[in-house]
Amino acid sequence: MPAIEVHALTRAFKKGPRAVDGIDLTVDEGEIYGFLGPNGAGKSTTVLMLTTLLPPTSGTALVAGFDVVKDGARVRGAIGAALQEAALDRFLTGWEHVRLQGALHGMSRSDIERRGGELLDRVGMREAASRKVGGYSGGMKRRLDLALALLHRPRVLFLDEPTTGLDPQSRAALWNEVARLSRDEGVTVFLTTQYLEEADALAGRVGIIDHGTIVAEGTPTALKAEIGRASVEIEPHEAARLADLERTLAQFGTAIAAPATGAAIRLDAGVADVAPIVRALDAEGIRIHQLRLREPTLDDVFLEKTGRTLQGSGDSAAEGDEA
Amino acid sequence: MNGSPALALQVGAIGWRSVRRTLRQPATIIPAIAFPIIMLFVTSAGLRASESLPGFPSVSYFDFALVITFMQGAIFATAGAGTDLAADIESGFLDRLALTPMSGAGLVIGQLGGAVVFGVLQATFYLAAGLIGGATIAAGVGGVLVIYAMVIVMAIGFGAIGIAAALRTGSGEAVQGLFPIMFTLLFLSTVNLPLDLIPVDWFRWIATVNPISFLIDAIRSLIITGWEPSVLLVGFAVALGIMVLGVALAAVALRGRLLRT
Repeated sequence: MPAIEVHALTRAFKKGPRAVDGIDLTVDEGEIYGFLGPNGAGKSTTVLMLTTLLPPTSGTALVAGFDVVKDGARVRGAIGAALQEAALDRFLTGWEHVRLQGALHGMSRSDIERRGGELLDRVGMREAASRKVGGYSGGMKRRLDLALALLHRPRVLFLDEPTTGLDPQSRAALWNEVARLSRDEGVTVFLTTQYLEEADALAGRVGIIDHGTIVAEGTPTALKAEIGRASVEIEPHEAARLADLERTLAQFGTAIAAPATGAAIRLDAGVADVAPIVRALDAEGIRIHQLRLREPTLDDVFLEKTGRTLQGSGDSAAEGDEA
Repeated sequence: MNGSPALALQVGAIGWRSVRRTLRQPATIIPAIAFPIIMLFVTSAGLRASESLPGFPSVSYFDFALVITFMQGAIFATAGAGTDLAADIESGFLDRLALTPMSGAGLVIGQLGGAVVFGVLQATFYLAAGLIGGATIAAGVGGVLVIYAMVIVMAIGFGAIGIAAALRTGSGEAVQGLFPIMFTLLFLSTVNLPLDLIPVDWFRWIATVNPISFLIDAIRSLIITGWEPSVLLVGFAVALGIMVLGVALAAVALRGRLLRT
């Protein structure tokens, strides 16, 4: 049985377009599913619906086998969630959060202490847990948030942009823990992110959402293979030769976005074209200042599907007031 | 997976958190306790001449004014319970709670539990300040217990109004906006003078129909007169009415805020 099964899920708001517009997706048990898209694409609205916090306008969604509309309480019992901006009470300590959350989940006092201690150890927060959250760094808050989300042993874990604003070290630590949860404990992880490398590093499969619809879905490798071709970006030594450079490169592929100081193309024949390009430029007397060869990335996939790059393509139009 | 905990456990957990959170904010607690006591001493000093007005009860103005503290405490309960919840909504903490099996009733009752504990704490300080200032409670120890009962009902009622405002608007600023309204209502009542001694007709009319006047008269009767069952009965009826209205408003607002399925 899939851990998450979504059909034609839609959420419309009073102001603005449909935040989520009839998406279909399936996530298998124990899988890490990366939900990738710019700000306002509908990622968080989807998570709110799947975690029962926001009723869908139409469509169906089963999480851990329970319908999010008809069986919200059972869904909540089976899931853990760390939503955007680790929402913690700065006046409470880490341990007090653990005890409050455990009590509201109906856990026994001894279970809360045992499981809470184990999780705080695992996320490296045991020592800090007796201090008030107001003094925590962003990374510490995220780690406590993750421990709280796991306290009641959920089968499905929702992480909404869990590493936004974190330093590289904290981000790597969180990635390791998420990967371990899936690998060692079989927890299904639904991870939203706007970081390509995060989806690439963690997710077994990726869904790319834009303007409320899923524009691509598959393993990162398959999605990149779909784009297929590598690209090359070259900056001429003399800026005056940029037009000549563009003309020469046009023989080897399709022009794509590049910095103002250079030109870039998607290579028609892949990396095999690099040597002929260098020879052609040499023959034209165009000296190369910099040459960058790039394998396809998820950003290329996004570009291919939407005509825009993922980085910097965010808008805030979609997620607004309820309808 | 664990079962849904009993409502009492949920209320206990939310209430415990509410109290702890409040007690860790001296900037909130100190004004809520000190300001009404300062107002008591300032008002009673400034309006002491009222004691000589014909028809003024034969007590010191300080005794007469002691009720101010309890009423201002109720106003702080409105703001406190609502502001805390609004902060939870703004920070997303309410979503964290909503992701647990916590019921909506557990949330509201738990928050109100925190308001009640704080209200009782405030009342203890106010009574102590009153006794130190020379006030006597005409209804004795039993009267003090009834004052506490009244404080609890008022904390629930006014706290629920604050919670309703927080749930409806999700904004701490909007909840704070209730503060001047409540203070205006307080001063357009019998808080400073008995009804018969209010000289301006429109003011007297408002004070006559103002529900706050009935609450004031009930608590004041215990302090300066002793046992006046009819005044107490009306006062409690009004307090309970405010409580029912506040809780109903909070319940309606909760449905609009907690959209979870």
